[in-house]
Amino acid sequence: MNFDATDLEILRALSVDATQSAGAIGDALGLSQPATWRRIKKLQDAGVLTGRKLDLDAEALGFEVTVFLGVKLATKGRVSLEDFERAVTAIPEVQTVQHVLGLYDYRLRVVARNLSDFERVLRRRIMTLPGVGDVEANVLLSEERLLGPIAS
Amino acid sequence: MLDDVDRRILRLMQSDPSAPISELAERCNIQAATVARRIERLKRAGVVRGQYMGIDWGKLGYAVEVSLRFTLDKTQPRAFDEFIAAARKIPEVLAIQTFLGRVDVRLSVVARDMADYQRLYRDQILTLPHIAELEALMHVATIKTAETLPL
Repeated sequence: MNFDATDLEILRALSVDATQSAGAIGDALGLSQPATWRRIKKLQDAGVLTGRKLDLDAEALGFEVTVFLGVKLATKGRVSLEDFERAVTAIPEVQTVQHVLGLYDYRLRVVARNLSDFERVLRRRIMTLPGVGDVEANVLLSEERLLGPIAS
Repeated sequence: MLDDVDRRILRLMQSDPSAPISELAERCNIQAATVARRIERLKRAGVVRGQYMGIDWGKLGYAVEVSLRFTLDKTQPRAFDEFIAAARKIPEVLAIQTFLGRVDVRLSVVARDMADYQRLYRDQILTLPHIAELEALMHVATIKTAETLPL
C-alpha cells in the first residue's frame, strides 16, 4: 500500500500524541475532520497503527533498572523455539522478546526495581527457561526514541 | 506516593490506553470523578507522560529492522557525544540507547529492503565517528512487545 506525505504527517502527529482527535490533527494540517478520519482508518486497516501505548515514567514507578539480554539457546532442536517463546513471554518483567539473527537468538528487554531484583529475575526466571544457553546482559543507561523515517 | 488504587488504574490503562474513564471507574469500583482526579494527579507528577501510537514499520514498507551494537573508541573523550549527535541525523534510526556492559551504544534502524539496508550501512552507519567494534542483529520476528510495567 502507498502512503503519501499527508498520511505520514498524520502518523507523525499520532506517534507524538495518540490522544489527539481526528479533528485536531486535521486542523493542524488543513484537512477536514472526515478526510483526516478516513486517512487514519486507512493506516489502521493497513496495520500500520498498532494501537495506543501508555508512556509511563518507569523510574517514578520504582523500576530503576532496565536490562537488555542477548540469549543464545543451548541445544537447538532439542527444545522447541515455541516452548522457549511461550515461557519467556509469560515473565511479567520481560517487556519485549525479539527473535534475532546474529550473535544471539533472542533479544529481551527486562525491567526490575533494582539490581538485586534484576538478579532474582535473571536467576529464577531467565536462567531456568527451557533451552537457555549463553546470556549477555547490558544495563540501559539512557534511551532516546526518534520519529525515524517519518520525521519531516 | 502511589497507592493500590493508583496502581490498579495504571494497570488497566496500560492494558487498554483508550479505555474511557467510565470503564476504568467501573472496573476499579470507584467514582468516575475520582478516577479522573487521580489520572490528572499522575500526569502532573510526571508518572503518566502521555500516549503515543505504536507503528508497525514493516506494514509501512520498511521490511528490514536491525539492531546495531557498537563499541566506541573510549580513548576519544568526546566519542559518545559525537557518535550520538551524528546518529541522530540518520533518518532511519528509530532509537538510540546507551549501555553499561560489553555494548556501549545500540541503534535500532529500519530499511525498506536489503539493498536499502546495504546503502544505509555503507554510507551512513560505517561513517559514524569513533566506532571500535560493530555487530548487527537482524530482527526475524517480534514475539512480545508489551512494554508494560509489572505494576
